[in-house]
Amino acid sequence: MTDPRSLSPLDLETPDKTFLDANELVINMGPQHPATHGVLRVILRLDGEKVLGLECVIGYLHRGVEKIAENRTYTMFNPYVDRMDYVAAVSNGLGYCEAVEKLLSVEAPPRAQYIRVILTELNRIASHQLWLGTHALDIGAITPLFYTFRDREEILKIFEKYCGARLTTHAFRIGGLQYEAYDGFESDVRNFVSFVKPKIDEYEELLTTNRIWLERTKGVGVISGKDAIALGVTGPVLRASGVKWDIRKAQPYANYKNFDFEIPTGENGDTYDRYIVRMMEMRQSLRIIEQAVAGIPEGPIMAKVPKVMKPPVGEVYHSIEAPKGELGYFIVSDGSTQPYRVRVRPPSFVNLQALDVMCRDQLVADVIAVIGTLDIVLGEVDR
Amino acid sequence: MPDETKSPPPPPPENEKPTADKPATPGGVKSTPSGSVQSETTTTPSKPSPSSETSTPPKAAAPATPAKPAAPAAAGHPAPPKPAGPVPTPWDSPLVAKYKREYGTGINPLTHLGQNYFEVDRSLIPEILQLLRDDEKFDYCVDLTAVHYPKREKQFDVVWVLYSFQRNERIRVKTQIADGETVPSSVPLWATCNWLEREVYDMFGIKFDGHPDLKRILLPDGWKGFPLRKDYGILQQDNEWVQINLGIESGQ
Amino acid sequence: MHALVQYIESYLSSDKTPGAAGNFFWATVYVLLVFVGLSIAVIAMNWLERKILAHMQVRLGPMRVGPHGLLQPIADALKLLLKEDIIPDGADKVVFWIAPFIVVLAAFTVFVVVPFGPTHAITDMNIGILFMLGVSSLSVLGIVTAGWASNSHYPLIGALRSSAQMVSYEVAMGLAVVSAILMTSLNESKTGTLSMIGIVQAQFDQHEWFLFKFFPLGIIAFGIFAIAMVAETNRAPFDLPEAESELTAGFHTEYSGFRWSLFFLAEYSAMIAVSSIAVTLWIGGWLRPFPNLLQGSTWDLAFSSVPGITFLLLGAICFYNTARMPKHPLFKIQTLGLAGFGAVLALIGLMMFLPPVRERVGDIFWFSAKVAGFMYLYIWYRGTFPRYRFDQLMKVGWKVLLPTGLALLILTAVVGMRAELLAQVKQVFQR
Repeated sequence: MTDPRSLSPLDLETPDKTFLDANELVINMGPQHPATHGVLRVILRLDGEKVLGLECVIGYLHRGVEKIAENRTYTMFNPYVDRMDYVAAVSNGLGYCEAVEKLLSVEAPPRAQYIRVILTELNRIASHQLWLGTHALDIGAITPLFYTFRDREEILKIFEKYCGARLTTHAFRIGGLQYEAYDGFESDVRNFVSFVKPKIDEYEELLTTNRIWLERTKGVGVISGKDAIALGVTGPVLRASGVKWDIRKAQPYANYKNFDFEIPTGENGDTYDRYIVRMMEMRQSLRIIEQAVAGIPEGPIMAKVPKVMKPPVGEVYHSIEAPKGELGYFIVSDGSTQPYRVRVRPPSFVNLQALDVMCRDQLVADVIAVIGTLDIVLGEVDR
Repeated sequence: MPDETKSPPPPPPENEKPTADKPATPGGVKSTPSGSVQSETTTTPSKPSPSSETSTPPKAAAPATPAKPAAPAAAGHPAPPKPAGPVPTPWDSPLVAKYKREYGTGINPLTHLGQNYFEVDRSLIPEILQLLRDDEKFDYCVDLTAVHYPKREKQFDVVWVLYSFQRNERIRVKTQIADGETVPSSVPLWATCNWLEREVYDMFGIKFDGHPDLKRILLPDGWKGFPLRKDYGILQQDNEWVQINLGIESGQ
Repeated sequence: MHALVQYIESYLSSDKTPGAAGNFFWATVYVLLVFVGLSIAVIAMNWLERKILAHMQVRLGPMRVGPHGLLQPIADALKLLLKEDIIPDGADKVVFWIAPFIVVLAAFTVFVVVPFGPTHAITDMNIGILFMLGVSSLSVLGIVTAGWASNSHYPLIGALRSSAQMVSYEVAMGLAVVSAILMTSLNESKTGTLSMIGIVQAQFDQHEWFLFKFFPLGIIAFGIFAIAMVAETNRAPFDLPEAESELTAGFHTEYSGFRWSLFFLAEYSAMIAVSSIAVTLWIGGWLRPFPNLLQGSTWDLAFSSVPGITFLLLGAICFYNTARMPKHPLFKIQTLGLAGFGAVLALIGLMMFLPPVRERVGDIFWFSAKVAGFMYLYIWYRGTFPRYRFDQLMKVGWKVLLPTGLALLILTAVVGMRAELLAQVKQVFQR
C-alpha cells in the first residue's frame, strides 16, 4: 500500500515502454461512461489491464453553488443545497438549516427535530439503496438495481406526500419545518419500515454470499484506517476500514442522542466490507426511524426566527453525517441578509480523492468497483 | 520537564458542542495522560507523544507569557460588532495555555458559538499545524478553505478545520494573508489537503508552497479569474473561454 | 425438366441428409430453411430475453410495440437498419467493414452440420464436431479484427480480452468434447464417430444420454462444457469483452446500425450453436425422452402429439392474455393482434397433429426444445450473476476447468476400456 502522501501526480505525457516494445496505455474513462456515475472523467494509465495510476478530472457539473450562496439570502439559498447531493437532498438541507440555526442561536423545536430525523434517515436508506443498485450494476449484477429502485420508490412517495417533491425536497426550513406531518405520516413510515425489512434481506440474498460477488469485492480497493484518516475519507468508507466514527454518535446533532443505534464497522477496508457496512447501516437507520416514529412529541414545528434573517457577525462550521460521509457547512456572516461566504465540505469530493490510492496496482474492472463503492455523487463533487 | 505530563489536556474539552461521552465515540474514550495507545477503534499510528514533545519545551521557555489581548489587531472582522449576537470570546483550555506560552501574540485563541479557533500568524502556520497534528492528535483535516475580505489589507483568511479522533474535538485554524502571498502546503501533513488546496487555488488564486500538483480542479485549465473572490463579477463570466472552447457567444 | 423433377424426387426416398446424399436442390432448401429458422429464433430470443429478464427484475419489459411488445424485435431491427452507419475516421476502413461479416459467417456456417433430426441436417460430415468447434472459433478472428480496426482503446481492450478468453476456454471445451466422443466408441465394433448424427445415434444405441454415462463423469464433462460455452459466447457472467460498465461495449463500441446488428445476430446464433453442440453431445440431440424404454405405437403417438399440444398451449396463453387486455378502445388493435397471434399459434398446433407433419416435426421439436432450455439458462445467468474479473476468469479457465477436463478425459478412457484393461492385467498375471 502506497502512502497517500507520497503519491506523485500522474505523468500522462511520457508513457513508458513496458514489454516487447508495447506502450503503456492511457485511456480516458468518462466523462461519458456508463460506470462513472455522472460526469466523472478518470484518466487511467494502464499496463495491460493493470492500473499504474489514475487522475480524476472533475468539474463538469460545477455550478458555483458557493458563489450563488453569496448572492442569495439565507432562506433563498436553502433549496440550492438540495442540488448538490441530489440523492440525499434531505441530509443536505438538514446540514444547512442546522448550520444557519447555529449562527442565529436558535434551535428547532422537538417535534421538528423528530420529523427531521425520520426524513433524514429515510433519505439515508434511499441513498444507500441507490448506491447498492448502481454498485451491483457496475460489477455486473443487473437485477439488484431494479429491486432497490422499486423499494426506494416507497421512500420517495413519503417525501412527495410530505413536501410535494421527490428528489430535491427542500423539506426543512431554517428554524424548523414549514409543513406539519400529513395525516397518516406516522403509519406510512411504520408501514415502510415493515415493508423494507424483508427487502433488505432480499438484496443480501442475491449478493452477500454470491461467489462471484465475493471474488469481485473481497480484497479490492483496500484502504487502511490510517490512510483513510489521512485522506479525510469519511462515512461508511471510513467505518469499513475499522474506524468507529459517526458524527451522529461522536458529536450528536439534531436529536440523535435520544436514539439507540449502533455504528457498524468493517475490518479489512475492502469493497466487501463497505458493502456490508452500508447494508447494516440501512438496518440501523430503520431502528432509528422506528424509535423516532414512536416518540414524536406534540408541539410547534417552527422556532421563532425573524422573517428577514440577519445572523450576527460571526462564522460557524457545522457538520452532519450524510449518507456519504461528513457533510460540513462553514458559513461566515457579515450581519447582512446574505451569507458572506458559504463553504460546503462535500464528502464525495474528499472521498473521491482516495480513488487513486485504492486503485493502484489493481485491474481496470476494480476501478469500476471502487468508484461504485466510494458512493460519489458528481453533483456534490463538483458543486 | 513539567510540561510534559500536563500538556495533553484531560478528557474532552469543555466547550465543543454537546460533548458526547457515549461509549461508542472513538475519541470520547477518557484519555490516558500520555494520550497515545488507548483507542480500540482509531488506527492512529501515533508515536508516543513524549518523544516528539521534547522538541517543543525549549521554545516555550523563551517568550514571557503575555496578557491575553482582548481585541487583537488581527481580528477577523473589520466591521465593528453589532450589539446583538454573541461575539468571539477568548478561549481558555490547557492546550491553549500551552501554545499561548510558546507563541505569545502569534496566536489568538477564540471561541465563538461554542466553536474554538486559533487566529495564527502566517509565519507560524507550518509549525502550529505540525504541532497540532503530531502532539495534539488532530489527525484528520476536515476542511481547508478561504474567505475573501477585499477591503482588508491582508485580503484572505485561510481556514483549516481540524478534528481529533482521540479528543473528539474540532478546532479551526485561521490565518490572514495578503493577495499574492503564499501559504505553505499542508499536503505533507494531511494527504486530503491535496484537492482542497487545489480548490482554494482554483477559487481564490491562493498559492500553496510545496503542493505537488497545484492546478485548477473544478474550473477548466484556461479559465481566467478566481470566482470566489468578492471582486469577481458573476455577470462577467469568462466569455472568452466559453467562445473558444464551447463555440457559443456567452455562457449566460 | 423431367430430369430435374426426378432429381428432386430422388432425394425423398433417401435416408441421408441432403448434403450426404449429394442433392444440391434439397441442400439449398435446407440452407434456406436453417437460415430463416435461425433468424426467427434470434428474433424470438431477443424478445424472450427482454421479457424474461424483465420479469426476473420486477418490471414488464417491452409492452408498447405490439401486444406485450411482440413486435419490438422487428421495430428494433428496422431502427438498426435505418441508423446512420458510422465508420470512425481513424479506423482501418476495409478491416472495419469485413470484421462483422467474418463473425456472422463463422456463426452461421456452424449450422451446416447441426442435426435437427436423423435426416434433418444440411449435411453429415464424418468430422462434424471438429468442423463445428473449428468454425465457431473463427469468430475470434472477426472480433479481434473489429477491435483492432476501430483504432480506439476500449474496443482494443475488449478484443484482446475476448480473444484471450475464447482461446483459453476452447481448450477446456475441447477436452470435454473429446470425452464425449470417447463414449461413442463403446459399441460392438469399438469404433467411435465424430459425426454429429453418429453421436446422437450412439446415444440411442447405448440407451443412455451421455449426460448420465459413467455417472458422474458425463455430468462433469457436461458441466465443463456448459461453463466453457458461456465463456465462449461472451455472455454473463463471462461477458467481459463487452462489459458495459467497464469498456462501454467492448469490441463493438465503434460499430453502429447494420454492422452492429450483425454482431448481435452472430452472438445469438453462436449461443444457439454451442447449445446445439451441448444438446447433441450430452442430451441426446433430437431424441425424444425415453426413446428405448417407452417404445410402441401408443407412446409414439403420445410423444409425437407433444409439439401440437405445446403450440396449442402457447395459443391458449395468448387468448388468456387477450381476455385480460384492458377494454379501452385504445387497446383494440393490440387485443386483436394478440388474438391473431394466438390464433396463428393454435393453427400451427393443430397442423402439427396432422399425421404427415406429426411424423416429421417431432425430431426438430425435441431438438429445439432442448436448445431453448439452454437459452433460458443463458438469460437466467444474466439476471443472477455479477461479472467475473479478467484474472479470475483466466484462473477458472486454466486452473480449474483445464485440469478437471484432462483428468476427466483420462478417467473416461480408463472406465471405457476397463474390460480390456482387466483382461490385459489378467494376462500378465497368468503368464
